[in-house]
Amino acid sequence: MASKPVLKVADFQTEVHNDWCPGCGDFGILRSIQMTLAEMQLDPSNVAIVSGIGCSAKTVHYVKTYGIHTLHGRPLPFATGVKLANPGLEVVACGGDGDGLGIGAAHFVNSGRRNVDMLYIIFDNGVYGLTKGQASPTLRLGVKIKSLPAPNLNEGVNPLWLSLAAGATWVGRGYSYDIKHLVSLIRQGIEHKGYAFLDVLQPCPTYNNLNTKEWFGGEDRKEENQGRPLPRVYKLEGTGYDPVVHSEDELDAKMAQAMMRGREWGDKIPIGVFYKNELVPTYEERISARVPNFLKNPPAKQAIADSKGRPTTDLSRLLKSLAVN
Amino acid sequence: MTQTAKVNELSWIVGGAQGSGVDSSATVFARAAASGGLHVYGKREYYSNIMGEHSYFQVRACSRPIRSHVDTLNLLATFDAETAFRHARNVIDDGAIIYDSALAGTKLDDVPTIEARLRADLQTYLVARGLGFTLQDLLKSAADRGVTLVPLPYASLLTQVADENHIDQLSKISRMVNMFAVAASFGILGYDYELMAKALRDVFRSKAEVAEMNVRGARKAYDLVRGKYDAYPYRLEPIGFNGERRALMTGAQAIGLGKVLGGMRVQTYYPITPASDESEYIEANQIVNVREPAADPAEEESDVARETGSVLVMQTEDEIAAVTMAIGAALTGARSATCTSGPGFCLMMEGIGWAGINEVPLVITLYQRAGPSTGMPTRHEQGDLRFALHAGHGDSPRIILASGDFEEAFHDGAKAFNWAERYQTTVIHLVDKALANSNGTMPIFDPDQVRIDRGELITDGWSGRDPYKRFAFTESGVSPRALLGHPGTMFWNTGDEHDEKGHITEDPVLRNLMMEKRDRKLDLAAREISESDKVNFFGDRTAETVVVSWGSTKGALLDAIDALEREGIKLGFLQIRLANPFPVELVTRALARAKSIVNVEMNFGAHMGGLIREKTGIEPTHHILKYNGRPMSSTELAEALRVIAKGKAPRKQVLTYGV
Repeated sequence: MASKPVLKVADFQTEVHNDWCPGCGDFGILRSIQMTLAEMQLDPSNVAIVSGIGCSAKTVHYVKTYGIHTLHGRPLPFATGVKLANPGLEVVACGGDGDGLGIGAAHFVNSGRRNVDMLYIIFDNGVYGLTKGQASPTLRLGVKIKSLPAPNLNEGVNPLWLSLAAGATWVGRGYSYDIKHLVSLIRQGIEHKGYAFLDVLQPCPTYNNLNTKEWFGGEDRKEENQGRPLPRVYKLEGTGYDPVVHSEDELDAKMAQAMMRGREWGDKIPIGVFYKNELVPTYEERISARVPNFLKNPPAKQAIADSKGRPTTDLSRLLKSLAVN
Repeated sequence: MTQTAKVNELSWIVGGAQGSGVDSSATVFARAAASGGLHVYGKREYYSNIMGEHSYFQVRACSRPIRSHVDTLNLLATFDAETAFRHARNVIDDGAIIYDSALAGTKLDDVPTIEARLRADLQTYLVARGLGFTLQDLLKSAADRGVTLVPLPYASLLTQVADENHIDQLSKISRMVNMFAVAASFGILGYDYELMAKALRDVFRSKAEVAEMNVRGARKAYDLVRGKYDAYPYRLEPIGFNGERRALMTGAQAIGLGKVLGGMRVQTYYPITPASDESEYIEANQIVNVREPAADPAEEESDVARETGSVLVMQTEDEIAAVTMAIGAALTGARSATCTSGPGFCLMMEGIGWAGINEVPLVITLYQRAGPSTGMPTRHEQGDLRFALHAGHGDSPRIILASGDFEEAFHDGAKAFNWAERYQTTVIHLVDKALANSNGTMPIFDPDQVRIDRGELITDGWSGRDPYKRFAFTESGVSPRALLGHPGTMFWNTGDEHDEKGHITEDPVLRNLMMEKRDRKLDLAAREISESDKVNFFGDRTAETVVVSWGSTKGALLDAIDALEREGIKLGFLQIRLANPFPVELVTRALARAKSIVNVEMNFGAHMGGLIREKTGIEPTHHILKYNGRPMSSTELAEALRVIAKGKAPRKQVLTYGV
């Protein structure tokens, strides 16, 4: 038997013209997604990427898998519907921080409650890019980036904390200019059993002139002796950090450490896996407890008609309970 | 007996504080009547409240099929003072009131849940008769009209039941007063108690002990009144079924059954009255029996039903998630729906637009209730026709279908999915509170009448010469539809305008082609959908006066038109089923020759009247409208139509009956 042809990164690229600004951090995330799919050798027709609205949401048009570019703030409920109707699909949701934490905040919170087995990636740059640089939910209070007429009046929300509080069972953060590391995170997020949330720091070179590639890279604070930059971003795994909840009694400690690390910002910005807990049953498992053959015969796979177009559903039992004679 | 008995022509009400079990007592009454072969129609009214406010159930039981409620009341069964205060004046002169003898001294002011407007109204009524403000006074005014008063000693009946069953606290069985009221009703109606006992066992199927205690306890109330009120002329008698198999169910159940039979496998919802009942019913029965071919395909009859199917019912964080989750599920090929009422539908606009531009088969069951805003959440209205037509920005094609009765609701529930898939569009199934919460007897649905049509669906790969394009331009406007996860048919969706593959475009030429392609599907639907799914015509086709209406006014109209026919007044009745694409020719044909066109709607703005004018240029000559939250009765409709027949009606009559 001939082995399957090996899929290359190019097999996950479309011919669609990419209209992001030159130097956009989104390119690194797009590339990482394509590289991860190739690395995992996932069948493109069995992958659905579901996005919201904004620059980042255009990602799906550049990836050669099923691509569903939805509504502002709604990639999660769309993706949830896809995944639960056909759990055999590999589903990845993505969008910007305005999309997921502003207009879509309700879905961000409730997706944690559900713990559906999928990955959600936020392209986190602190601005609404496509509408010309307004402040978005992760931009901090008092920050004045060049696209704003005055300093930001709202406090920034911490996506890692919010996802932990909401019940996400895998929480990670990546950096769009560290592609190798990001590929590893995306892969872990996909492979996680349950709802995985990945926040990706992604400089917007056009509107966010503070949280730039140079800033993350520490170009502004060079080592005194050798003149080398002191990057702000550092990897959790390099510090011996273990994000995994191995048993119920570790829950408080692992959650607390994730919250503590998740607070770091400024001179030290951790990336990596903050939290991973596979002890929580997935939504699919919760349904299966009620509908034993759910995974074997999910909604999308059920035969609803016979060859003559007659419904296969048999209502006799229900009609009998309503009958009066 | 002093008068001729009036057999099987009953309008009955049971009422009480919410949370006290009024619904189950009404269900027992209706099932008992129905299992004697009587035709039953029940109307449920309740407040937006968990406990304490007044709710009631009006049940009609007749020897012929009935489809509506009436204003007259032949028997009022109460166990609290408020129900008697609210409904006593509506009891017909030869009717009867069952009440708790211990409550006769209750003052009107002792009932805080009676609104100031109604309180003042009752006071005026009592003052005019030289009476005081107690329940006894109001009952006396009824008795003066000839109404039979039936006092029941509820407390002593409860004590007896408690003693016999060794129950230490009366509060543990206080809900049994409901069943005393039902049993006393059957007692003075002379109905067979065994049928009530059977109904009790049906309703408390899962609690045999409770059922038997109720059977024995309620018997006491039945025996107490049986044979004691011979002057009361109303009787109920079993009549049998004449071979017909019948069911008793609510509209919400009928719709849910239709959807499941039609192959719905995902339903999303956010809790809202009165739509949630349907989702909860489906979830409670989410494992579905499915016919599987017998081992020998030649013997189709030996198909076996197994518990292999299931409906995923998802309660979501809001209606935005409900509609978008349903769309996501539909993209995988599962027949998917969401179910809501006006305020929830408001949040679904963006989803409808997205499903429209991406040609996703989406079914929305819209249970209308009284708006605007929160309005009257538990009360009835048909105020969302215009909203359903125009919901969303831009032009997004949709099919809008309105059901008039239980049977239509069932079949439309299934049919909506066929149209959604065949025309790859949103189908809004318009129903309402009155239909959802009413119950009635009906011949058991024949599932053989239902067929499943999935339209141009690719399930086994793409064999076309050119690469697959999800939105390929075609003459009909319908492009072969592929599903997420299938090899060889990769596509993209976007809420942006898009090219044939589904990628974003702002090209002016493509834009026009796409807008026109999507709209052509509605032209196709207009050509293909059968006449009987577009309109129904009842009564005299040559009548000078034609009534036009839509939705759940159908039952009251048919009953009113029958009554008027007996008086020699002939009317035609055009029921519009398909609100979009609008059946211009059929409506024009039905109305063109009428001298009077009477538009009947349960809303303030006469939505359908306006739509008819917009689409056909024909303007109704009369409007009968109602917007007080209570559905139209056949009594008040008949009266309004009578005035029109006499040529004395103003252009607009507003119906006002309601408790």
